[in-house]
Amino acid sequence: MSDADAPVLSVRDLTVDFPAADGGAALRAVEEISFDLAAGGALGIVGESGSGKSTTALALLGLHRRSGARVSGRIMLGDDDVNALDDESVRRLRGRRIAMIFQDPLSALDPYYRIGDQISEVYRTHTGAGRRAAWARAVEVLDRVGIPDAARRARARPHEFSGGMRQRALIAMALACEPEILVADEPTSALDVTVQAQILDLIDELRADTGMALLLVTHDLGVVSRSVERVLVMQNGRAVEEGPVSEVLRSPAEPYTRALLAAVPRIDAPRPARREPGEPLLTVAGLTREFRRPGGGLRHDVMRAVDDVSLDIRRGETLGVVGESGSGKTTLARMIVRLLEPTAGSIVFAGQDITRLPDRRLRPIRRDLQMVFQDPVSSLNPRRTVGDSIADPLRVQGTGDREALRTARELMERVGLDAARHDRYPHEFSGGQRQRMGIARALSLRPKLLVCDEPVSALDVSTQAQILELLSGLQEEYELTIMFVSHDLAVVRQVSDRVAVMHNGELVELAEAGELYDAPQHEYTRTLLAAVPVLA
Amino acid sequence: MTRYLLRRFASTVVLLLVMVALIYVIFYALPSNPAVLVCGKGCGGGQLAAIDHKLGLDQPEYLQFWHFLEGIFVGRDYSSGPDVSHCAAPCLGFSFQNDQPVLSLIGQRLPVSLSLTTGAMVVWLLVGVSAGVLSALRAGRLTDRVVTAASVLAYGAPIFVSGMLLLMLFCGYLHWLDFPVYVPLTENPAAWAKNLLLPWFTLAIAQAAVYTRLTRTGMLETLSEDHIRTFRAYGVRERRIVGRHAMRGTLTPIITLSAYDFGYILVGAMLTETLFGLPGLGQLIVQSSNNVDLPVVAGLTLVAGAAIVVANTAADLLYAVVDRRVVLS
Repeated sequence: MSDADAPVLSVRDLTVDFPAADGGAALRAVEEISFDLAAGGALGIVGESGSGKSTTALALLGLHRRSGARVSGRIMLGDDDVNALDDESVRRLRGRRIAMIFQDPLSALDPYYRIGDQISEVYRTHTGAGRRAAWARAVEVLDRVGIPDAARRARARPHEFSGGMRQRALIAMALACEPEILVADEPTSALDVTVQAQILDLIDELRADTGMALLLVTHDLGVVSRSVERVLVMQNGRAVEEGPVSEVLRSPAEPYTRALLAAVPRIDAPRPARREPGEPLLTVAGLTREFRRPGGGLRHDVMRAVDDVSLDIRRGETLGVVGESGSGKTTLARMIVRLLEPTAGSIVFAGQDITRLPDRRLRPIRRDLQMVFQDPVSSLNPRRTVGDSIADPLRVQGTGDREALRTARELMERVGLDAARHDRYPHEFSGGQRQRMGIARALSLRPKLLVCDEPVSALDVSTQAQILELLSGLQEEYELTIMFVSHDLAVVRQVSDRVAVMHNGELVELAEAGELYDAPQHEYTRTLLAAVPVLA
Repeated sequence: MTRYLLRRFASTVVLLLVMVALIYVIFYALPSNPAVLVCGKGCGGGQLAAIDHKLGLDQPEYLQFWHFLEGIFVGRDYSSGPDVSHCAAPCLGFSFQNDQPVLSLIGQRLPVSLSLTTGAMVVWLLVGVSAGVLSALRAGRLTDRVVTAASVLAYGAPIFVSGMLLLMLFCGYLHWLDFPVYVPLTENPAAWAKNLLLPWFTLAIAQAAVYTRLTRTGMLETLSEDHIRTFRAYGVRERRIVGRHAMRGTLTPIITLSAYDFGYILVGAMLTETLFGLPGLGQLIVQSSNNVDLPVVAGLTLVAGAAIVVANTAADLLYAVVDRRVVLS
C-alpha cells in the first residue's frame, strides 16, 4: 500500500464507557467500533438516537477527556494516536488537523462575540498569526463559504445571522486552518430542507476543492445517500454494517439496516388507498394573523405570520400542511384550535362560526377540536401522573374522577401503553411513549378534528413509523379528521389525502397528495421537492 | 434608546410622586404629634398651636402636600420664628428638628453612603466572583466544598454579628485598626480608606456570599453550553475559554445585579452605618423615622427611590450594551 492510499483516520476497537454517577455499572455507549477514512474520502455514520454515533464523533477529537468517560482503542490520525497523546498535543490537533461542526449552529457559536473574532481566535490559536492577518483569514474563509459581503458581515454576531448562514460561519471556522478531516455531527438536522441542500452542496464543493476528508454523522439516510461514499450503520453502540453507500442502502445485508430503511418515509412512495372524503368539517376563509416585531419603534412594524389563507378540511380526511420554518404553518394550526386569535378572517367548524366565540361558549366545542404537539416532553406536566394528564381534559369537561381515570387507562391500552403504569410520571417513559400519551390525551374527549403539529419530528425513524401507523389506525376507529402539520415532505405524503404548501405565511398550493408530489404546479413546491435528499 | 429613556424617566416621576403621597398618608395616619416631639413633654396647648403653625401642620393635609411639591419645582419660604428663610428649588423641605434644609442634610450624608457602598461593592465583586469561579472550576472537589460552606456561613451571619466580630478582632485583640471614624476622601484619602476598611468588609461579607453562589452557578452553566464545546473542539486553550468565553456569559447577569444592589444598599445600609457610627443615608432614615421628621422622611424617600430607579435603568442599559441580543422596549 502506497502512502497516498493510507487512510487519514484509522479507528480500531473504539470503546467508550460512561461511569454511572452512583458507582453502578458503567454505560457502554460505543463498543469496539473500527473504521478507516481514506484521504479525501467521505464516510457516513448513521443510527438512531442512542446508537453512539455522536459519542464516536466526539471521541475522534478527544472531546471525552475530563468528562469522566473511559475511552479505549486506537484513533490513528496519521501517525498519532489521539487516544494516547497528552492533553496539550490533542489540543493542538483540534481545529488544525481535524475540525468539527455541530447540529445547532446558533448555540455552537459564542453569542457575545463577533463571528470574525471567533474565527480569528481559532486561527491565531494554531498559527500564532497577528490580529490583522487572522481577521483577513476570517473574512477570506467566510467569503469562501458563500457569506455575501463577508468583510462587513464578519463584524456581525451570531444572532444576526440566519440558521443557514450560521452553519456556513461554523464551516468557515472549520476551514480556517485547512484541516485534513471535517467531522460533521448532524450538520443540517436543525435546518430547513432547502437550506440543508445548500449546505450539503457547499460541503461537497469544499471537499472537492481542498481534498479534506468528511466524516458525516446523521440520522437521515437521505442525507447519507447523497453526501458520502461509504456508510457505517450503528445500533446500540455497535457497528451493524459497513460498506459502500449504494450497496448498503440498496441491498442491506443486516436485518437492522433493512428495518431502518423500511421505516424511512419515501417521498416517491405510492399513495395508499384512501376512503371517500366527506363534506367540509372545517372551513377557513381569509385567515390572517399579524405579529408586531419587538423594538419596532414608532413605525408599525408588522409581520404577517399567516396571510389570507383559505382552505377546508373534509370529514374523515387527513390534510397535510407542509412548509419551512417561518412559513406560518404552526400559527395556522394554533388559530384553527383557537389557541391564538386571528387578526382577520373566519373559521367555521361543523357549520358554526367559531372565530370570535367567547371562551364560555367555545368550551363545549373544544371537545371536538384537539391538538397534538411536537414536543411530548414539554407538553406534559412533569408533576402529574400519566393517567391524570390523560384524564384531565375529561375532568375539565365535567366527567367524574373515577370514570375519567378508567377512560384514561383504556386509552393508554389503545395507544399501546401499559395501563398498569398510569400512576407513573412522564420522565419514566421514552420519547415515543410520551408522544403516545399526548395522542391519548387529545383523544380522551373523542374529538372530531385532531390537529397534529409536527407530531413525529422529535422521534427516530422507527418510532416515527410506529406513531404514524397508530395515528392511521385511530383515524379509522375514531372517525377522525386530521390536520397534519410538518416540515417533512416525505412524512406528509405518507399520511395525507390532500396537501397544502405554505410559504412566507401564504398558502401557495393545495392539491391531492399524489398530484402535488408528482406534478407540482407552484414554483416554490418544485424547489421544496427538489431539495429533499432521496434515498438511492 | 432616547425614547426608551424618556419613557423610563416619565414613569419614574409618576412612581416617585405616588411614593411621596403614600409617605404623607402614612404620616398623617400616625398617632404621634410632631409638635409634641419638637417641644417636649411640658408644653401647653398654646405653645403646641404655635409650633403647629410654624411647621405648617395647621394647614389642610392636601395643602401641605402641595407646598411640598411646589418646593421641589419652584422653591418655597419657611418662617422659623421671626426670620423668613428661602429654600430654592429643588427644595425637599426643611427639618426643624435639625434646623437645616433636607437637601443639605442629604448632601452631607451622601458622600458617606457613596464611599461605603462603592468600596463594599468592589470588595464583594472581587471576593465573590473569584471565589465563585474557583468553586466552579473545582466543582465537586474539596475547594468547592470549602467555598460553599464558607459562603453559606457568611450569608447566614447577620451584619451586627459579623461586624462586631471584625471590630473585636481587628480593633480589640489585634489592634491593627482604630475604631473607625469617618474621614472624607477629599481630606485624607489614606485615612478615608483605612477607616472604611471594616465597614466595607462587614457590608461585603453577606453580599460576597450571594455573588459566590451566583458566579458558581453561572460559570457551571456557561461551561456546559454548546459554544464552549465548540472552542474546545477547535483547540482553544482552556484558560482562554474560561477567561474569555465563559466569563462573559457568567458576568453579564452579575453586572446587572450589582447595579441593582448598589442602588438598594446606597440608601439601605442602616445596620452597618449604625454599627460603625457612619453618618450615612441609612442612619438618617432610621433617625428621622423615629423622630417623625416628615420632611426628612419624604425627601429621603424621593432620593432613595430615585437612586434605585437610576440604578435599575443603568443595569438595563448595561445589559443591552453587554449583550447585543437584548432589545430595550
